[in-house]
Amino acid sequence: MTKRTFQRAFRDSLPILAGYLALGFGFGVLLESKGYSFWWAILMSITMFAGSGQYAGVDFLANGATVLTTAVMTLIINARHFFYGFSLLEKYRGMGGVKPYLIFGLTDETYSVVCSAQLDDTISRKKYYFFLTALDHLYWITGCTLGAVVGGVLPFSNEGIDFAMTALFIVIMVEQWLSAKDHLPAILGAATTVVCLCVFGADLFIIPSMVLIAFELMLFRKRLDKTEEVKRLD
Amino acid sequence: MINGEINTPYSLLLIAVMAAVTAFVRFSPFLIFPEGRKRPRVITYLGTVLPYAVIGMLVVYCFKGKSVLVYPYCIPELLAAALVVGLHVWKRNTLISVFSGVAFYMLLVQLVF
Repeated sequence: MTKRTFQRAFRDSLPILAGYLALGFGFGVLLESKGYSFWWAILMSITMFAGSGQYAGVDFLANGATVLTTAVMTLIINARHFFYGFSLLEKYRGMGGVKPYLIFGLTDETYSVVCSAQLDDTISRKKYYFFLTALDHLYWITGCTLGAVVGGVLPFSNEGIDFAMTALFIVIMVEQWLSAKDHLPAILGAATTVVCLCVFGADLFIIPSMVLIAFELMLFRKRLDKTEEVKRLD
Repeated sequence: MINGEINTPYSLLLIAVMAAVTAFVRFSPFLIFPEGRKRPRVITYLGTVLPYAVIGMLVVYCFKGKSVLVYPYCIPELLAAALVVGLHVWKRNTLISVFSGVAFYMLLVQLVF
């Protein structure tokens, strides 16, 4: 069962392997260009495990930002992660000793796979989530470290390979779209974020989007409460 | 910090702050609603509908650095996204959809646009 579970987790993690090696590499190159050796890349990728957070972190380090600025900006950049835990309260129930690690490693990519993976009884959920999180973490550390060691010199152009993340999210959106009875939450999520991106700009749009999405979902509770997904809980 | 002069203790402090804040954001929902306690029905409701909205949000999030107003007007992204959607509706195989989309996108941004 463990072998099967690992194989399944590995297969599901392959799109993330491509994306994390590419994004991590970019981060390592950037960090190294500011004079930080690869040890710093290893340290940050192990302890933070956050894509956009680490990219912004390079600026904070290089510019000697204040502790307050660093804390507030990191909070704003990673605020979307609050929603992830919120919607995994049920799925991560009873995960025992690995639970803190699962929560620590709840990145965009791991979250998207966790909330879309359909697991049958031949798969141990606890082990699957653990393998998936640990594999993703390993890919990320590897990518970040390689970037800092190699320092931007590659024999081929990898421009565009980071589209793996976008493609993964699109695939998961399609999967959800095909399985959901009511498409309203998906439409609200995407449309609200587009509007907030236009109104607030690329640096500030996430928190307004989150607040509005939560508000809208409450507004449509009566309608959405009747859908199969919610009914199953009662 | 100029010319690679690194203030090691201060850099370590900033990394510790960033790691702590990131972990705090990820842990807070689980700390607010611990396993044993009965949680309000509305939290369960939001937890069920949120994943659909959040993935919509994430897809848009990926486009945040791009503009439809300046060249190449997001055309490579939209073409590759269309391919991913089409392939996935047709084959329902995540690996085929993702890797074909990436290959096509890399081709577009490196050779066409």
